[in-house]
Amino acid sequence: MTVTELSPRGAPGAASAPGRTVLEVRNLTTHFPVRTGVVKAVDGVSFNLERGKTLCVVGESGSGKSVTARSILQIVDAPGRIVAGEMILHRPDGSSVDLAKLGNRSREIRAVRGAEIAMIFQEPMSSLSPVHTVGDQIMEVLRLHLKMSKAEARARCVELLRQVEIPHPDRAVDRYTFEFSGGMRQRVMIAMALACNPQILIADEPTTALDVTTQAEILDLIKKLQQQHGMAVMFITHDMGVVAEIADEVLVMYHGKVMEAGDVDTIFHAPKDEYTKMLIGSVLRLEQKAEIRLKRPPIDTTAEPVIEVKNLQMHFGSPKAPIKAVDDVTLKVLPGETLGIVGESGSGKTTMGRCLLRIYDPTGGQISYKRADGSKVDIVAADKETLKICRREIRMIFQDPVGSLNPRMTVAQVIGEPLLVNGIAKGRELDDRVADLMQQVGLNPEWRERYPHAFSGGQRQRIGIARAIALNPRVIVADEATSALDVSLRSQMLDLMMNLQDKLGLSYVFISHDIGVIRYMCDRIAVMYRGKVVETGFTEQVCDAPTHPYTQALLSAIPRPDPRMRSMHKRHRYTG
Amino acid sequence: MTDAALAAVDQKRLAVASQWQLMWWAFKRHHLAMIGLAITAFFYLIALIPGFFAVNDPNKQNARAAYHPPQAIHFIDTAQDGSWSFRPYIRPYVLKRDPQTLAAIYTEDPARKVYLQFFAKGYEYNLLGLFPSTTHLIGTDNPNQPLFMFGADRLGRCVYSRIMQGAQISLSVGLVGVFLSLTLGVLLGGISGYYGGRADFVIQRAIEFVLALPTIPIWLALAAALPQDWPATLNYFMITLILSLTGWAQLARVVRGRFLSLRTEEFVTAARLDGASEGRVIFRHMLPSFLSHIIASITLAIPAMILAETSLSFLGLGLQPPTISWGVLLREAQNIRSIATAPWLFAPGAFVVIAVIALNFLGDGLRDAADPYNK
Amino acid sequence: MLRFIISRTLWMIPSLFVVSFLAFVLIQLPPGDYVTTYIATLAASNEVVDQNTAADLRQRFGLDQPLIVQYVKWITGILTRGDFGLSFEWQQPVSDLIWERMALTLILTFSTLLATWGIALPIGVFSAVKKYSIGDYIVTFFSFLGLAVPSFLLALVLMYIAAVQFGQEVGGLFSEQYVNAPWSMGKVFDLIHHLWIPVIILAVSGTASLIRVMRANMLDELGKPYVTTARAKGLSEFHLLVKYPVRIALNPFISTIAWLLPNLVSGSIIVAIVLSLPTAGPLLLQSLMSQDMYLAGAFVLLICTLTLIGSLVSDILLAFADPRIRLE
Repeated sequence: MTVTELSPRGAPGAASAPGRTVLEVRNLTTHFPVRTGVVKAVDGVSFNLERGKTLCVVGESGSGKSVTARSILQIVDAPGRIVAGEMILHRPDGSSVDLAKLGNRSREIRAVRGAEIAMIFQEPMSSLSPVHTVGDQIMEVLRLHLKMSKAEARARCVELLRQVEIPHPDRAVDRYTFEFSGGMRQRVMIAMALACNPQILIADEPTTALDVTTQAEILDLIKKLQQQHGMAVMFITHDMGVVAEIADEVLVMYHGKVMEAGDVDTIFHAPKDEYTKMLIGSVLRLEQKAEIRLKRPPIDTTAEPVIEVKNLQMHFGSPKAPIKAVDDVTLKVLPGETLGIVGESGSGKTTMGRCLLRIYDPTGGQISYKRADGSKVDIVAADKETLKICRREIRMIFQDPVGSLNPRMTVAQVIGEPLLVNGIAKGRELDDRVADLMQQVGLNPEWRERYPHAFSGGQRQRIGIARAIALNPRVIVADEATSALDVSLRSQMLDLMMNLQDKLGLSYVFISHDIGVIRYMCDRIAVMYRGKVVETGFTEQVCDAPTHPYTQALLSAIPRPDPRMRSMHKRHRYTG
Repeated sequence: MTDAALAAVDQKRLAVASQWQLMWWAFKRHHLAMIGLAITAFFYLIALIPGFFAVNDPNKQNARAAYHPPQAIHFIDTAQDGSWSFRPYIRPYVLKRDPQTLAAIYTEDPARKVYLQFFAKGYEYNLLGLFPSTTHLIGTDNPNQPLFMFGADRLGRCVYSRIMQGAQISLSVGLVGVFLSLTLGVLLGGISGYYGGRADFVIQRAIEFVLALPTIPIWLALAAALPQDWPATLNYFMITLILSLTGWAQLARVVRGRFLSLRTEEFVTAARLDGASEGRVIFRHMLPSFLSHIIASITLAIPAMILAETSLSFLGLGLQPPTISWGVLLREAQNIRSIATAPWLFAPGAFVVIAVIALNFLGDGLRDAADPYNK
Repeated sequence: MLRFIISRTLWMIPSLFVVSFLAFVLIQLPPGDYVTTYIATLAASNEVVDQNTAADLRQRFGLDQPLIVQYVKWITGILTRGDFGLSFEWQQPVSDLIWERMALTLILTFSTLLATWGIALPIGVFSAVKKYSIGDYIVTFFSFLGLAVPSFLLALVLMYIAAVQFGQEVGGLFSEQYVNAPWSMGKVFDLIHHLWIPVIILAVSGTASLIRVMRANMLDELGKPYVTTARAKGLSEFHLLVKYPVRIALNPFISTIAWLLPNLVSGSIIVAIVLSLPTAGPLLLQSLMSQDMYLAGAFVLLICTLTLIGSLVSDILLAFADPRIRLE
């Protein structure tokens, strides 16, 4: 384990000299003509980019932030079109050019792309060609804009890969992208973007697909390179934590319009716009314990657990070289509590959750479930009938609100399915039960005949919850139940789940990678890393004073949604 | 479903629209597919009641009409006094022989007119194989004066009527053949996709193997093995069986692929956790999801079957006369001499092409509309 | 990579055995055998063959032995001596009859494959890039038409046009003076001169379906983020198309050999029959009709082998073209 101290940054929002502006965007408007009219994806947006400064564009899905970024380079996907506005690029030699006036295929705009303004994207895998080597794709930019010879380009490419801290850059040049991890691929993207020393780097959600620890490293890298090269950075994100961590200026977007713009401290501590207030509010709410939980009596830790997992193992692949997705996990779920399982991708948390319902057949260990009558069942060894009964009492809420609902069944059919197949209700009674369940999760029972496609993401997740509670379960395994939702919806969904918990006496196993959500919702947490549980304890205890180095590293990598508490430069790295 | 298609319908109706409703909306926007649907429906109507559409008995030979050219239909009937009316008629042709070559020369007789009628009486046929009928869609007002819209063949049989009759066999070969392949394909593909493991491996290899084989030599060899003296129905059945022996592999692959991708869908897992039995998971949750894809694949497989039957029969190894199919009819066009004298013998070919295009358009539209949720 | 090629090649062995057995069984399927057909032909000309002569004939050709014995003999002959048996009808060793025809079949198929790719690739790319343009609609229309016209019908129509409009006979692969001539440069040029008509006829349906495949592949790739990345680098539209999406869309295109080849071979048989080309097709049909089993068997075996090799080649090419497969 090492502690990396990076140089502390200047106070955010320092006034900048007017001469340092590199890009002035005025009244940018980008439309998408569709059959029924025009979608105004970007609707009169104005902002400035300044040398050495970071502008964060923040907004929820569909706010038009990504289209804004693409409009600058005129690479908006068809049928999108810039219909109005100016984008004045000021060159170091004093000349300037209005990018909006250049044709999207013109030689002039192509000379700007990649050379003066470079861009990196969200999906580092699909944003790079899978059949060309890394070196090939980077050298291409060098040869195109700087007219380098092959040998020169290669040498520079190795140098770039070294700058973005890719190990063995001389060998990495000849590798293909699929041979790298997600974080490394994003480094390759950054190396490519930096190839021609651009004045402006546009980063479109570059860390969204990455784990927090990797995200922290990429953010660090961008910051470091920005300081070295003096670039202006336009950083698009939906994550307020990231904004607080890296932004100098912030642009809050909603439905294609700028709701509020200003320096980062003002936005976080003195927002004026209602939408900004709501956005910041919903993020801050997830920074603490939920109000509902404050009123509850403390969890009785002496009670007999409903689920006791002992030495659970789930190995995939050949027995000779197994992939140990779950490796000797032991934990317990107490009655009425919410147990959070936290970990990064590949930590085995989802597999573990699925083993609890035996969606996968565990390769070893025990899952002892205490039924309502006090008898105990080992789910790992249970026969078909017993398993069926257990699955009535232990239910699941899925991550993907789209994929987990059969699009070909009406809401009533989806929610009623468990009642029907278990022979609990049918006919009128079933209808009544479904209506009641819909009301419980805050859905209008009149929508019963609608199909899932008629519902928004949040509503679909409510349908999923209704299906889970239909059988009066005792335990619900919720796998990343709020990850697919926008931040403003998350706390609502969590509150709903906690209200149901009080009403129905449920225990939750709440699987998430999002510490904020966990802190809000969970009584106790178990931290998973590479298939093992490395730390368990009360939420406050683990979050505030983690004992395991991995937990410390994980927590220190999470950006806090407060620009006055920038902390990532003090973060720990865990290499174990 | 595309945004545009969504916006085209009322939100209220959209909310309660089932997958078939959504598919229909998406399909309707596909103009070529709609045309394909109309033509296909019309062709299958012909196949259902060919006698009604035919004008002459397709098997009736007429020595005086060998290689009779197609007759022009006149639509405007001008009377002596110069007035005119819309009343289609034909002028019968008279046969003369070239005195030197003895070749037949047909010329229009300007003096006579034979009027055409809708729902005319003609030769007797069995409607749907049940009811004897003499009513035909069109006919002449003089039963002794045949109408040769597409001319006549070597034996003076009406090409048009034979095409109508041939539609029955040619189009049904596609359906029956596809049905047989489907049974095999769904069974094997389903086992392969649902159970996976060893069964999947074996079936996969079999599919790959069958797909890598050239079909024609195998069909030829199999068809050559059929005794020439078998009854027509048995022969017909065997030919479709032969065609489906190689056709199942494509469908099996489609089914397997669907099963594999659905098996990992979360809503299928959810159904299992709801306590649904294996049968219910397959039939209630999985089947509706890929039924539309199967239908689209079938629609695209039918034209291949039609082409295959046509090719086999054309080579003389498929259906045998007196059975009438489009392929059998095209055998008449096999040598250059007969098509040089009677190019209208290509007419069945045109029907093959139209039928195949229509089915392809239809299948393409169905395939595009098959998954209204993933777009 | 080497391991992949070796294991893929080893897979060929069982496949080839299955094919050879299949070919043999297929040829054996018809009721009766060559002798029956032979007697029937003689009977037609009022010659009577007694049972003993028939039995003698059967013994001479080995037709009285069980199927499996005949198969083993046949396949051993092929593997050890390249001996495909005797053609009853021609009274010649099969291997004397087939090789030139198989070679011409191979030339025809291969030329068609190249022509098909040469036409389909650029048109498919064009059609995808200019999606929903007039050009795309025209291409789409013609490719559907091409799919729907059976190749033999196209051959017939071309023959008809040539005969009626130009008074020429289309057919064969050689001019008269070269038909029986030994191979020479002149004959090769003559072959090229004649080859293009069957090649075009055959290429039509293959091209039509390949255009659809290429268009679909390209449409899949054009929307991928790496295309946007390339655009953001400042590459020209043409340059980036060729380097990225076309290159990647080619991978599934390469695997089309596997199913294109069987189709081409099948198509070439019918077209060859119509145009009376001196390739495998007409002789195969004739031998099947007269139950000349060793001749027919050799053709079916070789044609199937050819397509199996084609799919092997396509798999190996694909592994070369796609590092994701190569490095797995």
